[in-house]
Formats: sequence, structure tokens, C-alpha cells
Amino acid sequence: MTRRDTGLGWPSDPVDRGQIGAEERSTHDETPSIDEKRRQKRFSAAGATIGVLLALLGFALVVQLRSNTSDPELAAARPEDLVRILSDLEAREQRLRNEISALEASQRDLASGARGRQAALEEATRRADEVGILAGTLPAQGSGLLVRFAPGGKPVQAEAILDAVQELRGAGAEAMQIAGVGAGPAGTGGAVRIVASTAFVDADGGLLVEGQRLAAPYTITVIGDPQTMRTALNIPGGVVESVETDGGSVIVEEPGTVDVDALHVQGPLRYAKPTT
Amino acid sequence: MIAVLALVAGIALGIFFEPTVPAALQPYLPIAVVAALDAVFGGIRARLDGIFDDKQFVISFISNVLVAALIVYLGDQLGVGGQLSTGVVVVLGVRIFGNVAAIRRHLFRA
Repeated sequence: MTRRDTGLGWPSDPVDRGQIGAEERSTHDETPSIDEKRRQKRFSAAGATIGVLLALLGFALVVQLRSNTSDPELAAARPEDLVRILSDLEAREQRLRNEISALEASQRDLASGARGRQAALEEATRRADEVGILAGTLPAQGSGLLVRFAPGGKPVQAEAILDAVQELRGAGAEAMQIAGVGAGPAGTGGAVRIVASTAFVDADGGLLVEGQRLAAPYTITVIGDPQTMRTALNIPGGVVESVETDGGSVIVEEPGTVDVDALHVQGPLRYAKPTT
Repeated sequence: MIAVLALVAGIALGIFFEPTVPAALQPYLPIAVVAALDAVFGGIRARLDGIFDDKQFVISFISNVLVAALIVYLGDQLGVGGQLSTGVVVVLGVRIFGNVAAIRRHLFRA
């Protein structure tokens, strides 16, 4: 019985077991049929219990194995690494939460301000068109005048053209271009858009406008209120009179709708920046 | 025979359902499994010795699991859960080794 001593598990009491075994044997000898039935019944009930217990054991074993092998990388990590990973995850969660709230706020803004945004966009587009016409970067069309300067004995002075432009601006002109004979860029009919920075220079009996050489006769196409501009040109001592004094002639036509389609090319601004 | 079939069925169920261990049971399940394994090896050894008893097996199985879980629980409450778990595992491991040695002698006569 030395073997039994080495095992610490049950059966812990071999003597007791032996007695029961002897008892069973004795009953078996005397009444075999009853004992057989009892044994059968006991066996089935206990066998079922054992089956259930072992099934539970297998189940728990597999569950435990699976839960243990689920993340070997984390299981092998040192506590410091785990702490670092945890704090990383928490920081990430915080970042993502902030992002979520920011996105939700902007979503609310967009949803509530969608209509206002649409209106603002339309307004901005309209303003951009207006400013484009004033700056000479967009073609324009509208009621206006054609003012033709024909030289007499002397060529028409640049000064006279400048006077006319100033006078027309004073009378509310919104877009102007000047055309001569010949030398304009292709597609513009030799016309040059007149903007705030346009300069007129006399050159060999012709006119130098924005680097373009124009020859007489000149035609200024102007969009604005025709009556006011015509009056402004014809005032005593005004443009028409001074040109005619020099022997030239000024013809003012009113064709109804005129096109100002020459464009001013604006280079990029080097110094002025928009303030917002 | 029934026992082996039941064990296989339990393993199959565990693989099939893939349950996750509830957090409350996490510290107890491994100890309980080791305790149950100890009971099973004890049962196998008793069977080979010819003194296997159903009732004793069932009671030892359940009491082993419960006592192991209780010890771990107590250790957790006392703040020495890790050490007590290790102790339980060592004791159960020694018992399993002893039983397996007895089974080996029965099977291989060595």
C-alpha cells in the first residue's frame, strides 16, 4: 500500500472502501436480482451526474483555454508596457471624443446655416461679378454710348481722351473701353479696357494705351446712363468743345445696348493683401 | 465510456459556442478547472485500483472545485489572491502528479 500513500487524492480511506466493497459482495451473494436492479439504478443516476460534471469540465477547459490564448501579445507584455498601452488608448479615446464633438458641432452649424450659407454664396457671387466689371476683368453689356474722336488738322491729344474718360467717370460710367484703328490684340477688335490704372500717352500722332498703340480715329465704348454722359460731354468748355477747337470732331452715338468686351489682365498683387 | 463521451461533448460545446468568461468568474475558472482535473485523475486512479465509487467521485469533484474557488476568493479578499492561487495550483499539481504516477504504475507496471 505504499503507492496509495504517495497519491494525496482520494480515495483517502482505503479501509472504509474495502468494507463497503465487502458489504456489496455479501449482498450480491444473497439476493442477486434486487441488488442488480439497485446497482443498475444507482449506476445510471451517478453516471449521468458524472457525465454532466465531465461535460462541464470539458466546457470550462475549452473556454479557459480560448480566453487565455485570445491575445498572446498582451499576455506576454510587461506591466509597464501594459500601462503605456492603456494610457495610449485612453489618450486616443480622448482625441476621438474631441473629434466627435467638434464634428457634431460643425454638423449642427452646417444644418442650421445651410440656407444662410446659400444666400451668402449668392451675395458673394454677385459682388464678385460687380467687382470684376469695375476692375475690367469681366465683359459687360448695357445701355451706354459710343464716343468717336476724329482728328482734324492736328492729332487728338491724349489729354483730350483723358478728359473725356474723367468726364464720363464723373457722369457715372461703369465700364469703358477704347478702340483705335489697327494695332489691338486679336479678338478684341483693337479695343483696350479702361480701368483705374489705364494711362494715355501721345505717340507719333497715335495713342499709347496700356502698351497698345492705337491710331485715330478712336472710339470709346462706355456703359452708363446715356443722357447724363451725353450732357457731361457737351457742357460748354467741355470735351467736345475743346476737341472741336483743335479742329477735330466728336461724334456721340446712342445705339441702345453696347458691349464692353475687352478685358484688363490683372497681374498678381505683390504687396497688397486682403485683410479679413 | 459515458464519462469520456461527456468530456468530448463538453469540449465540442465549448468550441461550438465560443463563450467569453464573465469578468466575475475570471480568477476562479482556471483554479476550478485544475481542481476538477485533480478529481478526474483521482477517479481514474481509483477505477484502476478497483475501488471507484460514483458518489465519492461526484462529491470529491464538486467539493474540490468549490474549495479551490473558495480559497481563491478568500485570498482575493485578504489581498493575497495571487499567492494563494499559486499555492492551490501547486498543491493540486502535486496531487495530479501523484495520481498520474499511480495510474502509470497500473498501466505499465513500472
